[in-house]
Amino acid sequence: MGSFVAGFLGSLTGLGGGVVLVPLLTLVFKVDIRYAVGASLVSVIATSSGAAAAYVKEGFSNIRIGMFLEVATTIGALVGAFLATKVPTAGIAIIFGAVLLYSAYLSARPPAEKLGQQPDRLGTLLRMNGSYPTDHGPQPYFVHRVPAGFGLMFGAGTLSGLLGIGSGAVKVLAMDQAMRIPFKVSTTTSNFMIGVTAAASAGIYLRRGYIDPGLSMPVMLGVLAGSLLGAKTLVKAKTHSLRLIFSAVIVALGIEMIYHGLTSAM
Amino acid sequence: MTRLFSNWTDQSIEQIIGNLLRFGVMLSAAVVLAGAGLYLRNYGHTLADYRIFRGEPNDLREVHGIIADALAGRGRGIIQFGLLLLIATPVARVAFSLFAFIMEKDWLYVGVTAVVLSLLLISLLGPL
Repeated sequence: MGSFVAGFLGSLTGLGGGVVLVPLLTLVFKVDIRYAVGASLVSVIATSSGAAAAYVKEGFSNIRIGMFLEVATTIGALVGAFLATKVPTAGIAIIFGAVLLYSAYLSARPPAEKLGQQPDRLGTLLRMNGSYPTDHGPQPYFVHRVPAGFGLMFGAGTLSGLLGIGSGAVKVLAMDQAMRIPFKVSTTTSNFMIGVTAAASAGIYLRRGYIDPGLSMPVMLGVLAGSLLGAKTLVKAKTHSLRLIFSAVIVALGIEMIYHGLTSAM
Repeated sequence: MTRLFSNWTDQSIEQIIGNLLRFGVMLSAAVVLAGAGLYLRNYGHTLADYRIFRGEPNDLREVHGIIADALAGRGRGIIQFGLLLLIATPVARVAFSLFAFIMEKDWLYVGVTAVVLSLLLISLLGPL
């Protein structure tokens, strides 16, 4: 039931189910954070693959940008999953809380579109420039600052592997702000990459025994059902007020997670 | 950029990838659901405790152990097999992209995709 709500909220706000799911499981259901992260990774793959299937067909996501940056996110994911076995659970909870507060800040701030007009040498060399469909036909765009985006993507992958979240917020930050990719293209491409990133860390989690079938089953099915419903209501709902409510929830969860981490460390 | 004799355009590849992802998610959800039915019939009355971390038994950690458990008709094994299918879905997508880039003769991205695919396989099967 809780995972259903998480999936619904996640797909409504575009933040992904993981940021709600892990605090919900650890704080309310008192699940060990490693089991929670394992179950969350599984649900992240399910929702992102489901959503990506729809986006890819519309022609917004850029497979070359996605694939190139996936080199960074998968290396990061392996590092993050490895760190998860070393960092004490209280530490994971505190980092999780900090990331929640930061992503709430990011989602509350209106995104400023900075589009590059001139082609960039490295972006062109890597054949990343593309175009996306608009009402007035295809709109071309150019990709910038590939190294900065690559570095941020490594960070996004590490967070994803450590915390079991999609880290869509960091991914969008890397593509939208650093590489100046159009918002619509960066959100859909980021969604596309989340599944591959989560799969990279999920493999390690599975083999470390962090993925429990009894816990992951309701979480995966619930999140999937919730995201299917969320995608349908998204069209009608007022996203702005929803975002504000969601940001408030995230802030509260973030503070709770940090508190939980600090008290359990003592 | 005109490839008169090739229907391997970026658009057609994107269509296939979209279908591949959808199929993978649907298939794994169906397997998990089937396993869930079996699991709940046997253990539905007991309340699982996840407060204390124990880690999964070895047969639910490795690919061949999961398949063996699923074939033996054990609920937990079937669910875990469904989760394995889900994890394999993005891997299959990357493998297909590799194939597609080879068909497009885009050697730069054949290399990039090969790196991503090997990282994924290391995670799932490698010596980590």
